[in-house]
Amino acid sequence: MDGLPLLSLTIFLPLIGALCILFIRGDAASIARNAKAVGLLTSLATFALSLLLLFYFDKQNEAYQFVEQRFWLSAFGIHYAIGLDGISLTLILLSTFLVPIALLMSWQNISEKVSTYIIAFLLLETTMIGTFCSLDLVLFYIFFEAALIPMYLIIGVWGGQRRVYASLKFFLYTLLGSVLLLLAILYIYDQAGGTAIEQVTSYSFAPNIQKWLWLAFFASFAVKVPMWPFHTWLPDAHVEAPTSGSVILAGILLKLGGYGFLRFSIPLFPAACKYFATFVFVLSIVAVIYTSLVALVQKDMKKLIAYSSVAHMGFVTFGLFTFTLEGAQGAVFQMLSHGFVSAALFLCVGVLYDRCHTREIDAFGGVVRVMPTFAVFFMIFTLASVGLPGTSGFIGEILVLLAAYEVNGFFAFLMGFGMILGAAYALWLYRRTIFGPLEKEALKKLKDLTFVERSVLGGLAFLTLFFGLYPTPVLSLTEPALTKILAPYQHEIVLETVEGPLTQETKSNDVTG
Amino acid sequence: MMLPAEFSPGAAEIFLSISGLAILLGGVFSKDCSKWMSQIVMGIFLLGMLILLSDLFHAERISFYGLFLANAYTQLAKMMILLAAFFALVMSFRHLERESIRDFEYPILALFATLGMMLMVSANDLVSMFIGLELQSLPLYIMVAMHKGRFSASEGAVKYFCLGALSTALILYGSSLIYGYTGTTEYGALLSVFATDKSLPAFLLFGMCFLIAGVGFKMSLVPFHMWTPDVYQASSTSVTSFLAAAPKAAAVFLFVRLCFEIFIHQLNFWSPIIVVISLLSMVFGSFGALYQKDIKRLLAYSSIAHMGFILLGLVGGDFIGLRNVVIYVALYLVMTLGIFACALSLKKQGLSLEKIEDLAGLAKYNPLVAGCLTVALFSLAGIPPLAGFMAKFGVFMSAIEAEYYWLSVIGILSSVVAAGYYLRLIKIMYFDEVPCGIDKPYLEETGSKETLIIMLLMTGIMLFYIVFPDSLMDPAYMATKALFFRL
Repeated sequence: MDGLPLLSLTIFLPLIGALCILFIRGDAASIARNAKAVGLLTSLATFALSLLLLFYFDKQNEAYQFVEQRFWLSAFGIHYAIGLDGISLTLILLSTFLVPIALLMSWQNISEKVSTYIIAFLLLETTMIGTFCSLDLVLFYIFFEAALIPMYLIIGVWGGQRRVYASLKFFLYTLLGSVLLLLAILYIYDQAGGTAIEQVTSYSFAPNIQKWLWLAFFASFAVKVPMWPFHTWLPDAHVEAPTSGSVILAGILLKLGGYGFLRFSIPLFPAACKYFATFVFVLSIVAVIYTSLVALVQKDMKKLIAYSSVAHMGFVTFGLFTFTLEGAQGAVFQMLSHGFVSAALFLCVGVLYDRCHTREIDAFGGVVRVMPTFAVFFMIFTLASVGLPGTSGFIGEILVLLAAYEVNGFFAFLMGFGMILGAAYALWLYRRTIFGPLEKEALKKLKDLTFVERSVLGGLAFLTLFFGLYPTPVLSLTEPALTKILAPYQHEIVLETVEGPLTQETKSNDVTG
Repeated sequence: MMLPAEFSPGAAEIFLSISGLAILLGGVFSKDCSKWMSQIVMGIFLLGMLILLSDLFHAERISFYGLFLANAYTQLAKMMILLAAFFALVMSFRHLERESIRDFEYPILALFATLGMMLMVSANDLVSMFIGLELQSLPLYIMVAMHKGRFSASEGAVKYFCLGALSTALILYGSSLIYGYTGTTEYGALLSVFATDKSLPAFLLFGMCFLIAGVGFKMSLVPFHMWTPDVYQASSTSVTSFLAAAPKAAAVFLFVRLCFEIFIHQLNFWSPIIVVISLLSMVFGSFGALYQKDIKRLLAYSSIAHMGFILLGLVGGDFIGLRNVVIYVALYLVMTLGIFACALSLKKQGLSLEKIEDLAGLAKYNPLVAGCLTVALFSLAGIPPLAGFMAKFGVFMSAIEAEYYWLSVIGILSSVVAAGYYLRLIKIMYFDEVPCGIDKPYLEETGSKETLIIMLLMTGIMLFYIVFPDSLMDPAYMATKALFFRL
């Protein structure tokens, strides 16, 4: 590269955009209009920059690329160090792609304090991209934690009825997890003499210490993912957040936890990871089955999708802790796919909510008759959420199931059972809202999708189907980085696993989708 | 016969006291001087700053027959104190009239209190330390009482005075115990007395505890914190903004000097005391603030918690920890001044802002102040990337390095509790409805440009400190090195 700090530019471009919005003057209407324009342009430019990153990215290379290192906090020996590998790049692309979509979809339905809203989104984007490419624990923590402030405001200011409760719960819950992470980072700094990622990965902690540190990291990431039983903030936050807030929350913020596990917990604490693997499996399985059951009885569409997010994230955590390449690839793919699918589902609910001002499932029925295009899109995303072959949801889940089968056949069976439940609530939701007789008066006058909605949902549907049919770009992008992260595990896993062909059981499980 | 060279280390203090006396006389002879008195005192503060700055790079000097010490640590500490006092005065002098403080003595009292703080930080002897301490305390008692026509101000002043007198008595008693055994009150001589492996006689240890407790009163550490919420609430906001900044910093700097320059070799004895005090302060400060309705009471509890965090940096008794404490104090001053500037820039029907509910919906009709207040609150809560996070980061790092793991865990959990009440304020500003409608704002701007400028300045520091963390690191390093040079 030609000396241009492309990565830093990608991180801080939204911040610069946010600063520009601060200086917009004029009457309220023109401020709002200009702020929206600046916000959209900035986020599109950021997306373009991240595509440029993809273009220049060397896909064969497993080392960090676009590495930048600057003096910062030199008295502590902590540097501003950022860089990319395939995993980071995937998630950064997801983030920069979803932010303009979220802004576009909130174009009409945010009328209060518009410029603050846009600023919050842009700040959020900066912190998320920063989190995904930090190569220093302290820097990672700062970005990771800073994301709380804009998200708190987004939920609290533009949220629904119980937004105060939801935003406070979101903030304190995640803060509680993160402060323990901070202490663990400080301990690591004390022991390893630094927090640069190469330095801490090469340092080997005593097994006993590893367990404590792992737990501290777990406290933070498990809340973020969220894993059962730390998930209770999520349904509240989702239900109260405005549509675009939910999109970002489900699409990107939930990935911070999975990314944290992958980037830090797994390489840093191999012994503890193995020790706690079964624990994580059990939690993941409970998450998949329990939250699917809970989702079945939800009356609120957003809450249902929120619970389904917890279930899908259960696949991610399970996949990561199998320490196999397919498991990890499945997890990363699932994160990406969930980013598209859940974001799209929240957008679909948002579309209905904008028209009817309710999210009660019972308030709908027969929508297909008035909104046929919408019904098609909603169908695609519902099926992707279920994990139908041909959609991106399928790839992630099948890879994780394959890995799960290698670990323990019974676990794989339970995960597959969770998938059946997933199909049950998703399809049931679809049947109750879209099909059935069109009886309710309010629904008869519904208008189908507008051009903007159609193009946004169309884009997401295209990606969902594209990656469902042709997952290779993502898999090959993440493979070198994942191989490197899992290298310490690979050698032992091979010895431990019992050889066996794919049995009918796993196959039947994934067909259920 | 003393040579002029003997005076030069204390040039700033001498300048402050002479000019203070001069303007006091001037005030007696001139009518209507309360208008410009504040500006004069600000000028004096700035000149004092310059004198200290010119003195910064001198080697350590002891003068006045061993009573007075000037080195990088004391000079930097005094610069911070002067700056804090200066800013507190700048942002509040337009409001004195409104808060019915019309006497021209108010800024002069602030000046003498500041002088006292400088003396107590620079003292090299228990006696001169005590004189400095008294010189800072007495004007503060008067300043609290100055809010005329407000009953609670007198009540607060009496409380402050009684408890302050108690703490003075503790310090005096502790000093006399120490003097009784050692026959000296000079820091350097005491250091060598305490530098023994043998167990010290009980009353010497008692003396040490009394000194720690006495200064703990000034820092408002639990269990010596009782006066803080009452006094903060009782005083007018201008006075509180003065009280909350410079005197706290001075008390910390004095505490550090006592712990390190006299008692450092008894670390094993005093660090458990500090651990307990720090733990109690963090926990009580955080929980105490949860249900406060008065904004100043809330800030009082928050300052108690912050003092607890500051002590975390001292438990190890090491160089890095002390450096982080110095940084914490500097950032604490920034945050405190920032938040009081926000409070002072608002008024409610001509009176100061007091109740937290009055902030309801502030973000709708005054986004600037609401934004600055939000930054200050998130910073106090220690959320990155704001300055408060870097402060906390440093002291927790020191506590972890000193292997006080449980203390750190409890401390950081209490900071989550603390985040709860900071968030409550933000919630009130952003999520609650405006009580009277947007057209008729509930809180008006006081319209003082100085207050607004300071508010923006402090907000800017809180926002951008993360980009330039070395700007404080180097001075703090210098100060710490000067202090450790003496051991």
